[in-house]
Amino acid sequence: MVEHRPLRDLVAYAVLSLGILIFAFPVYVAFVASTYDAATVVSGNLPLVPGGRMLENYYRAVFVGGSRFMNEPVGVLLLNSFVTAIGIAVGKIFISILSAFAIVYFRFPFRKTAFWIIFITLMLPVEVRIYPTYKIVADLRMLDTYAGLILPLIASATGTLLFRQFFMTVPDELLEASRIDGAGPLRFFWDTLLPLSMTTVAALFVIQFIYGWNQYLWPLLITTKDSMQTIVIGIKKMLTTTDELAEWQLAMATAVLAMLPPVAVVVFMQRLFVKGLVETEK
Amino acid sequence: MEKSVVFNGKLLPYLLLAPQLAITLIFFYWPASQAIWQSFLREDAFGLNSEFVGLENYQALFAQPEYYTAIGITVVFSSLVTVLSLGVALLFATQADKNLKGGSVYKTLMIWPYAVAPAIAGVLWFFIFHPTLGTLARPLRAMGFDWNPMLNGTHAMILVVMAAVWKQVAYNFLFFLAGLQAIPKSVIEAGAIDGAGPLRRFWTIIFPLLSPTTFFLLVVNIVYVFFETFGIIDAVTSGGPAGSTTTMVYKVFADGRLGGDLGGSAAQSVVLMVIVIALTAIQFRYVERKVQY
Repeated sequence: MVEHRPLRDLVAYAVLSLGILIFAFPVYVAFVASTYDAATVVSGNLPLVPGGRMLENYYRAVFVGGSRFMNEPVGVLLLNSFVTAIGIAVGKIFISILSAFAIVYFRFPFRKTAFWIIFITLMLPVEVRIYPTYKIVADLRMLDTYAGLILPLIASATGTLLFRQFFMTVPDELLEASRIDGAGPLRFFWDTLLPLSMTTVAALFVIQFIYGWNQYLWPLLITTKDSMQTIVIGIKKMLTTTDELAEWQLAMATAVLAMLPPVAVVVFMQRLFVKGLVETEK
Repeated sequence: MEKSVVFNGKLLPYLLLAPQLAITLIFFYWPASQAIWQSFLREDAFGLNSEFVGLENYQALFAQPEYYTAIGITVVFSSLVTVLSLGVALLFATQADKNLKGGSVYKTLMIWPYAVAPAIAGVLWFFIFHPTLGTLARPLRAMGFDWNPMLNGTHAMILVVMAAVWKQVAYNFLFFLAGLQAIPKSVIEAGAIDGAGPLRRFWTIIFPLLSPTTFFLLVVNIVYVFFETFGIIDAVTSGGPAGSTTTMVYKVFADGRLGGDLGGSAAQSVVLMVIVIALTAIQFRYVERKVQY
């Protein structure tokens, strides 16, 4: 670089370290709170080092549930979150890779129309059409089901656009070669295109898993049974009670558990995560 | 851009498109058109009958002082979150762009909050700033500052802004860092040879070259604040105290559910749709311009 001054590097280290500490602080406090008993947390004098009730609190949160207000153990909610998040990710990939394949590799009437029908959905997040969507899901008898949690959220243009973009970069020679070998469209898709798309599939999976896991408004609306709630909703329900009575140590244990899977995905699959994030936003 | 070699197929392409189109029509177009249609209807108190009332719901909406309050709150909230999260992210990104040892570790430690659900981010910040339990609220109160986000609207707003910024910095950081790394080093060196110091170089060379990224992030952040922060607001304040954190999206939710005013809620949805479409159009116009460069 231009001028190299040790002092400037020192400043950079200091600023970044400070930022990282500030970022980590709320999570650290939540973790500490999840290792004490209710009385210590409610007293308002939470120590800054973890206490000794960690295993007990997490065990209670996951398998037993709270004594007063939380009906379902978090284990059930975690399972619901996993099913929903994986369902959304897989569903999105499935429908969008097929539609992108049709749009890029075929010529047929209304091709442009189909593309635009899909493309326009980019502009309408769930939040602007919540009640009518709720009504449709209720009419289809999908309230309190995994289908109701998953299907309305897998309709979106991002996946189709991403795969379309990737397919455009696949050389035409590959298609010609497999034609000479006598392969039909489905054979070409399965043997040639899909293996080439695996990185894109994985990147989209990572992004959509996080998106699905963190959903809030939609699961809040369509789950009425506690046993169908996702973990993100569960925490809110735990705290919707007079403050003095909320079991904060369990709520914080739940918050830590709710953060772990998506944060682990970002940390351990960082390369795919960054790729997915940058490409879905183009 | 089009492929020059394609398959022939009469039925197959439609079959391939069918799942996506079915989902899109059932869960997008049908409800969106319902929202538009409902915004022209008024239901009776029992939800049994509805009559066509033309633009009455819109007139009622824009006659409501609360709606202007919600618009004002949305503007304040989105400007604060957007400016703060972009500013903080840019500061960290410029520091991380200095080829430091262990730079990738810093990057990882910077981006993980992206993965935290907005509602959970809200709960975390609510806990440390809870008026009686909060680790950081106690020192504030001990100093004689009457901190109470549950009663004071300004304090509640500060709290949701902090939680929203905390979560969004990670995203902006990633894009700013990528933008900074794409700036050719030769340009910066040329500035240095001309005798420009680091600050001068930043404002006259780096910042202008970063403007496409900044503009893109600006739009993305506004959309983020509009919609994704719903979870933060619902978990932390539920729009209160006394409506002081009720944004436009929160009001759609609250009016339709708690108030049961479906027509009014639908009219608000339509207003939001128009705003989103405008924002998206701005973004695409900009993307197209960038492509032509």
